[in-house]
Amino acid sequence: MGALAHLLDFAGWDRARVESLLETARMMEEVLERPMKKVPALKGFTVATVFFEPSTRTKISFELAARRMSADVVGFSGAGSSLAKGESFKDTLLTLQAMALDAYVIRAPVAGMAHQAARWLKGAVVNAGDGRRAHPTQALLDAYTLLEELESLEGKKIAIVGDVAHSRVARSNAELLPLLGAEVWAAGPVGLLPERLPGARLTTDLDEALSGADAVMVLRLQRERMDEGALPSLREYVAEYQVTRQRLDRAKPGAPLLHPGPMNRDVELEGALADGPRSRVERQVRAGEAVRMAVLYHLLVGRAA
Amino acid sequence: MRFKAKVLEPAEIERALRRMAHEIIEKNKGAGDLALVGIHTRGIPLAERLAALIERFEGVRPPVGVLDITLYRDDLSEIGVQPKVRETRIPWDVTGRPVVLVDDVLFTGRTARAALDALVDLGRPKRVYLAVLVDRGHRELPIRADFVGKNLPTSKSEVVKVKLRETDGEEGVELWER
Amino acid sequence: MKLLIKNARLVDGSGELGNADVLVEDGRIASLAGGDAERVLDAGGRWLAPALTDPHVHLRTPGQETKEDLATGLAAAARGGYGTVVAMPNTQPVVQEPEQVRALLDEARSIPGARLMVAAALTENQEGKKLTPAALLARAGAALLTDDGRTNEDAGVLARGLVYAAAAGLAVAVHAEDAGLRGGGVMNDGPLAAELGLAGNPPEAEAARIARDLEVLRYAARKAAALGHAPRLYVQHVSTARGAALVAAARAEGLPVVGEVTPHHLTLTEEAWRGFDARFKVAPPLRTAGDVEALIGALERGELSAIGTDHAPHTAAEKERDLENAPFGIPALELAFPLLYTELVERRGLPLPLLIERMTTGPRTALGLAPARLAEGAPADLMLFDPAEKRTVDPERFVSKARYSPWTGRELVGWPRLTLVAGREAWRDAGLA
Repeated sequence: MGALAHLLDFAGWDRARVESLLETARMMEEVLERPMKKVPALKGFTVATVFFEPSTRTKISFELAARRMSADVVGFSGAGSSLAKGESFKDTLLTLQAMALDAYVIRAPVAGMAHQAARWLKGAVVNAGDGRRAHPTQALLDAYTLLEELESLEGKKIAIVGDVAHSRVARSNAELLPLLGAEVWAAGPVGLLPERLPGARLTTDLDEALSGADAVMVLRLQRERMDEGALPSLREYVAEYQVTRQRLDRAKPGAPLLHPGPMNRDVELEGALADGPRSRVERQVRAGEAVRMAVLYHLLVGRAA
Repeated sequence: MRFKAKVLEPAEIERALRRMAHEIIEKNKGAGDLALVGIHTRGIPLAERLAALIERFEGVRPPVGVLDITLYRDDLSEIGVQPKVRETRIPWDVTGRPVVLVDDVLFTGRTARAALDALVDLGRPKRVYLAVLVDRGHRELPIRADFVGKNLPTSKSEVVKVKLRETDGEEGVELWER
Repeated sequence: MKLLIKNARLVDGSGELGNADVLVEDGRIASLAGGDAERVLDAGGRWLAPALTDPHVHLRTPGQETKEDLATGLAAAARGGYGTVVAMPNTQPVVQEPEQVRALLDEARSIPGARLMVAAALTENQEGKKLTPAALLARAGAALLTDDGRTNEDAGVLARGLVYAAAAGLAVAVHAEDAGLRGGGVMNDGPLAAELGLAGNPPEAEAARIARDLEVLRYAARKAAALGHAPRLYVQHVSTARGAALVAAARAEGLPVVGEVTPHHLTLTEEAWRGFDARFKVAPPLRTAGDVEALIGALERGELSAIGTDHAPHTAAEKERDLENAPFGIPALELAFPLLYTELVERRGLPLPLLIERMTTGPRTALGLAPARLAEGAPADLMLFDPAEKRTVDPERFVSKARYSPWTGRELVGWPRLTLVAGREAWRDAGLA
């Protein structure tokens, strides 16, 4: 298992690499439990967050992860509209590179932008979300959270529910969880399911997907989908696909409920469930920090001078 | 690498640890608030053994924590390998306690320095001691051990191998030549 | 001045014609049996073919000369073995006035390189609503009418356009894609687009529009026949099996339609998108391996009878943008022939005369020009190429301003070494003795 140069998605990953990273994340979580949540491991390294799409939670999570490892952090925010005007994505990156940064955490509105960045930059690139395609650190923190609950994902059924077609969270989880032996199902209305989702079974039958599930992951429904005509009406979505207590009873008793956030209470998820005992959303956030610390460690340490 | 000599037999290791336990008790004027922290990897079984010995002599067993210094190493930006981060578990409060850091070999002093940094990040110990089974010289930092099992002058080309039954299935301290 | 090309292996669309010494005089082939000449060139056994004709190039002039201009475009064409190219009118401003056509043809006269022919817009500003003056444009020298760059959404306008163009003696070329089905698709719609999370442009968008345009042609032909005119439809860059099948069926019925296919659709598939590289972004998009096979078959059978590069240069920086914002288009003038020679003739055993035919007479017939034949009296538009020498595609050495290529690093054979247009050297490879 060679050193990790970038984290763009899970192409070429095997179970051993996933487990190694999650193991490091466990060690990082211990750091987060200390009164002083800081270790000097990445002292002298600089991490840049380069976000061409708005984000509060993910950006802060990465910033914290870097700072907890004593790395310096610089931030660049660009609007997606500047890309349309032709202000060069590449130029922005090369300007940052001229400042000799070590890692770039990139979030961008179009698939493939993290790969393009990795072609041009000398540092490590972390994909914090490229369009609808991938969001690997989210999948890692989801896996971490699930393993805390279920101890092993071997043979476990994980149901992902919602706007799967537009979800990089769904795509990355469908790519990652089977590496740990999980059986992934993805359910949603016909207009919100992709033609193919490697790693997952697609179905419009929500009950079938939830039946016997060991864990349920609910995706955010964006209002834009109605505007685009991908979904006839919100009312219909809620009636047919909202995850309610009753629907959740089809899953295994105590099955944890995950959501990448931010949640639309009473849209994709019944409000009471969002804050209920099954919800692991807070654990996900904490896991996110530990996982991102581990990712930065794996990318920056041992990259050889 | 070729084997040069066995410098400590199992019985000698045992005797050295007993003496060190007595020295620790003496220095600390009893078992008191004492706590031991074993540095990964072989510092941990050594710390456990010292804790058991102190219990035998004083009737009180000091708590033992484990410390991984990977995230505190001073060479992380230079090395070409990715050291595995191992567990740090110190489930008691470091603040206000006398703490004995325990390791198998003291060499350049860099591991001890990293352990010291890690420890003070976890709290404010009253005092920190360093106990090592073997001090082989060649310090690169102003670090000294308070309790030493054996002083072993070595040359830089030699390698000191500590084997403990808990980690290696056998006991002994050996000297090898690169 | 007379030029003798001796020791050449002749080939044109009709077949391999054997070895010959070709005498060129006053812009024509004077003899295939040698003769005295002031200049002598030893072809060294290399192939001599008619110079190629590209019915579909974007030279970005006027208005976008950062991407390409007439000098670089025509020089690039000659380097690729092309003697004639037809420039598309989706420029800034759109070429739609007779004066513009004349100005371009004038400017090109003094430029060394391939011969320029100019396509003019079918409708004003290519908006698909009001027809341009076909007869005046034809008289000014326009070779073709097209709204290429955009799609003709209004079938009624297209029908009238076909009839008026027919009366002016011109064919109409269409970029056949249904705008609604195409949506904002950047790559072929299908499981791969779903996997990559990118908007897809479905093959049905092309099939639906080709089917419609064929009915429009049928209608126009009926209307115009009564008046003694025959409209001609030129379907550009057919990229799907279904599209090729529709064109084949229409031709079998006798409808006056010509189908074009591009070098990229004959050699690349959507799998290239896994590299997230906008150099592969083109409309219509790269399709599946099944489509490529169908297109090659249609090319062989002559159902698709013309190869056009749709040479679409952009700046390298533009093609490094993200996959949604990068412009569509693949430039290929300088390597289309070696690419197709290597992939189709060498690798698949397609007969060389067939490839030559599709790149010479096929497009020429569609434009209403005489077939390209190596015979006494024929124009000396000639291309000499080397079947054996391997060269790597290196965009740094391109003459075109588009210094990037989807085929960078590929080793190809069949590189043109000399191109003559009306008997004068449009391009000669430095290494040629």
